[in-house]
Amino acid sequence: VNRLLVISPNDNVATALESLSSGDVVSVAGRRVSVAESIPRGHKVALVDIAAGQAVVKYGSPIGVASAPIDAGMHVHTHNVASARGRGDLARAATSSELRIAEPPDSDALDLPVAEKQP
Amino acid sequence: MSAAPSFRGYRRPDGRVGTRNHVLLVPTVICASVVAERIAAAIAPVGTVVPHQAGCGQLGPDLRVTHDTLAAYCQHPNVGTVLVVALGCEQVVAQHLADVARRAGKHAEIIAIQNEGGTVRATDKGIGIARHLAAALESDAREVCPASSLVLSVKCGGSDYTSGLASNPVLGRVADRIVDAGGSVVIGEIAEIMGAEQLLAVRAETPMVAARLIQIVNRVEGEAMALGLDIRGTQPSPGNIRGGLTTIEEKSLGATHKAGERSRLADVVPYAAPILQRGLTVMDTPGLDVESVTGMVAGGAQVVVFTTGLGTPTGNPIAPVIKTTGNARTALSMADNIDLDVSGVITGTESIDAAADRLFDELMAVASGRPTASERLLHREFAIHRRNPTI
Repeated sequence: VNRLLVISPNDNVATALESLSSGDVVSVAGRRVSVAESIPRGHKVALVDIAAGQAVVKYGSPIGVASAPIDAGMHVHTHNVASARGRGDLARAATSSELRIAEPPDSDALDLPVAEKQP
Repeated sequence: MSAAPSFRGYRRPDGRVGTRNHVLLVPTVICASVVAERIAAAIAPVGTVVPHQAGCGQLGPDLRVTHDTLAAYCQHPNVGTVLVVALGCEQVVAQHLADVARRAGKHAEIIAIQNEGGTVRATDKGIGIARHLAAALESDAREVCPASSLVLSVKCGGSDYTSGLASNPVLGRVADRIVDAGGSVVIGEIAEIMGAEQLLAVRAETPMVAARLIQIVNRVEGEAMALGLDIRGTQPSPGNIRGGLTTIEEKSLGATHKAGERSRLADVVPYAAPILQRGLTVMDTPGLDVESVTGMVAGGAQVVVFTTGLGTPTGNPIAPVIKTTGNARTALSMADNIDLDVSGVITGTESIDAAADRLFDELMAVASGRPTASERLLHREFAIHRRNPTI
């Protein structure tokens, strides 16, 4: 049973089909990936070094942009990948310079378990 | 398989084919929903109901969508006869709904709560009528019908990493086979096409169809922009993110697999509008599961295949919803709700094509009357999409 799955030869990430631990070495698609941190089942691991600003590619298509440098073997998820779509937050930051009234705290800053964050 | 695929369905006078033969209770307005639900319950499971929150206090486009959605259910081929339950003072017109059903060749009746003298009398009278309607349907028989008469709705919900790797590609193979047979497939959830729209657009039959797809995806993205919010946290949802999906692009690329890999994109239609083209149609629905399925069934889908990773129970009042998962844990932990386990695609014990053969067989069996998990559990969720405030 494969522990990692690569969908397209163009992909720079693989999907973990079971949980992986730091130090695991997994062969996939002709590569040996040294897992650098724990990867939950279903989550992604970098196959190669991905520079900040570079596209993260799965299914042979970009799924977002690295928001920080990602080394091969690292966990690739919301903490280091930014979506390029539906980013009204960026549009607002770019267009509004006036003072804003107090807003509810950003749920990302509250350190809640993901399941309890409200959209 | 060499013979043209077929199933046993109900041929309707308007030429469409039903996979079910329900007595449909239609409240014109939220105020009539409880009476309609009680009448339907008295003749369950043949009796079914489309309870809703609307029918009054709506303006322009929303009133139109409420009306058109209810009318579409009244003429749907999975419905044998219709009993409209009115209050008496609402905006949605009972007579119009009954007329639509009659024009489709169905028997339709109306009761109005204000005319009957309240809840108890209206419920009693309605149950009496509904029992007669149900009895009259018992002599209807299924006939062999070609798969070309099917409109298959493809849907995913509660997605995780297995959805894009297993259940959606499996469903995509089945969708292509329905189109090959001359049938129709409809996919909704525009937000979950965002990031994968170019892959669908290149399959469009005409540049105009491609342009309409891009236009509605841009509109939905623009709505997130106008709110000044990042859609992540809504798309993908917290559960999706926990399941390993990082961005809407990733979710969309996995989700669009369920629309097949090669069939042409024939049409792009508004919410709840009739699906008139053979081949693949995109319907402009929100990502919320029940609103999306409600709209696609209104469009004419007689059967829904719904892929899930994390597991979800929802069904539809008139169309069977087949739940399939690529997550072996979900197949066990939510066995009540799952019709087909394709997790062998993930573990390497089954090919995508072999799983697609099983799903296709299940689809034909369900279209011929085999109950789905959601039907056995009487999951009959119904929600009409609305965009504007209630006045």
